[in-house]
Amino acid sequence: MNISKEEVAKVAHLARLDLSEQEVEAITGQLDRILGYVAKLNEIDTTDVTPTTHALAVHNAFRDDVVHPSLPRQEALANGPRQNGEAFVVPRVI
Amino acid sequence: MDLHALTIHELHQLFTRKETSPLHATQAVFDRIEQVEGRVGAYISLNREKALQQADEAGKRLDRGQGGPLCGIPLSIKDVICTKGLRTTAGSKILETFIPPYNATVINKLEEAGAVIIGKTSMDEFAMGSANENCAFGVPANPWKADFICGGSSGGSAAAVAADECIASLGSDTGGSIRQPASHCGVVGLKPTYGRVSRFGLLAYASSLDQIGPLTKDVRDCALMLNAISGYDGSDSTSVNRPVPDYCAALTDGLRGMTIGIPREYFGEGLDPEVEKSVHGALAKLREAGAEVADVSLPHTEYGVAAYYIIAPAEASSNLARYDGVRYGLRDMEADLLIEMYKKSRSRGFGDEVKRRIIMGTYALSSGYYDAYYKKASQVRTLIVEDYGKAFSLCDVLVSPVTPTPAWKIGEKSHDPLSMYLSDVLTIPANLAGIPGLSVPCGMSRAGLPIGLQMQAAHFAEEKLLRAAYNLEQRLDLVGKKPTL
Repeated sequence: MNISKEEVAKVAHLARLDLSEQEVEAITGQLDRILGYVAKLNEIDTTDVTPTTHALAVHNAFRDDVVHPSLPRQEALANGPRQNGEAFVVPRVI
Repeated sequence: MDLHALTIHELHQLFTRKETSPLHATQAVFDRIEQVEGRVGAYISLNREKALQQADEAGKRLDRGQGGPLCGIPLSIKDVICTKGLRTTAGSKILETFIPPYNATVINKLEEAGAVIIGKTSMDEFAMGSANENCAFGVPANPWKADFICGGSSGGSAAAVAADECIASLGSDTGGSIRQPASHCGVVGLKPTYGRVSRFGLLAYASSLDQIGPLTKDVRDCALMLNAISGYDGSDSTSVNRPVPDYCAALTDGLRGMTIGIPREYFGEGLDPEVEKSVHGALAKLREAGAEVADVSLPHTEYGVAAYYIIAPAEASSNLARYDGVRYGLRDMEADLLIEMYKKSRSRGFGDEVKRRIIMGTYALSSGYYDAYYKKASQVRTLIVEDYGKAFSLCDVLVSPVTPTPAWKIGEKSHDPLSMYLSDVLTIPANLAGIPGLSVPCGMSRAGLPIGLQMQAAHFAEEKLLRAAYNLEQRLDLVGKKPTL
């Protein structure tokens, strides 16, 4: 067993997903099989291999510190599921 | 004359000779959509009113003698690319009502070129899939055979081009999502070098792998589209500042002096005999055209899928954290605590495949597992990059199948995610290495389904791909072959 139901439930919480018992059961079985397949990576000795996170050399992109027009507030808020004309409204935190 | 069935360059000629207008062409495409869309299901949203307006403006521009090759051409766009004022869903319920307040850079470039945006095409949710069966708004049919998949995740774009529901389209490719549906639908699809085309405004799935590219009816159109969308963009920190050549100029050069590499690992177990035969037939044509052929090895190919299914979900788990119901997208209105709202909104909004990959990625990045999974996969990625470096010291272009089999029946693999993932084994390595890859039709199966041939080249060597593909296309009798709808 590569992954347990408890681990899937814990990871789902970290990922902010609310899964039903059935979903946890199904995903556990599928991930177990996928992780079993992924284990084939261990066939390769990578001791001295540098990891590649990007296929091309990527550098920080620094722009000149110049003011550009930003999105008008109403346009920024337009897709907000709940807003008060000035800000997005969310449920309480505490 | 069926205007909807023409290519970009054919339509442009008609515009230039004033034999038709962008307005007529656009209307012809909408008529075609009305006629066949019920059977194909390639679109999520249509843009009729604005498209007709754009066509009218393009006509005026052409009248002034100012229109380039894309002016007035009706195009469709994969629904993962932001279009200002036009709904962009990424094939997901979570973005069902999202209307971007800005255009992706590629859309700005197309609009500046005078193109007409017909609508947004069906796709696997957040570009996660190999069959286009994970779209929250329905499964499009393969125009060649309705009960077969059209491939994913840019399946709607490939189907729309094959069914003449647009003249050409834009897709995105993270692990083969342009090349694979292009192969299954019998059209040309190109994943450019990572950084060649701006990703600004592309809803991110796996940022180090995603790339926007064209799906077209022939290779010349592919070059025209690439000319229009390539180039540096200051809004995308991964965009590469390098001059853009004229890709059309490369088409007419012959193949003398070009070496085609045949990667032996791409012709192994599991390859459908009909696919193998078609690819070998195409190789013979390339030889006839003057290309040299060399046997090469990419020894880490078989590890590509395993590395990809750690790296891509890891990046996806981070990228998709932004869909929290606060600023856009679906929100569960019942929850009265913030964390509950996040969880309920995301659980209602995302489909099964997206949830699976988010959990997979979160797991791979979580404490205690990072080295075993993400670091290991990133190291294997290095070995794959090195394999390509060695191969391209021996040849100019690698030729192989795009997929191990032709399209399969809708539903046939959807119960088994791993078997679906393995269908990307031949396309994924190019994304891990950031090199360009192209799919060009090379045959038909006995069942009447298209078979594609993949060409890969070194970083920024798209010209070689287009040159080889164009020469092959001229020698095969497949251009203009259409599905019966």
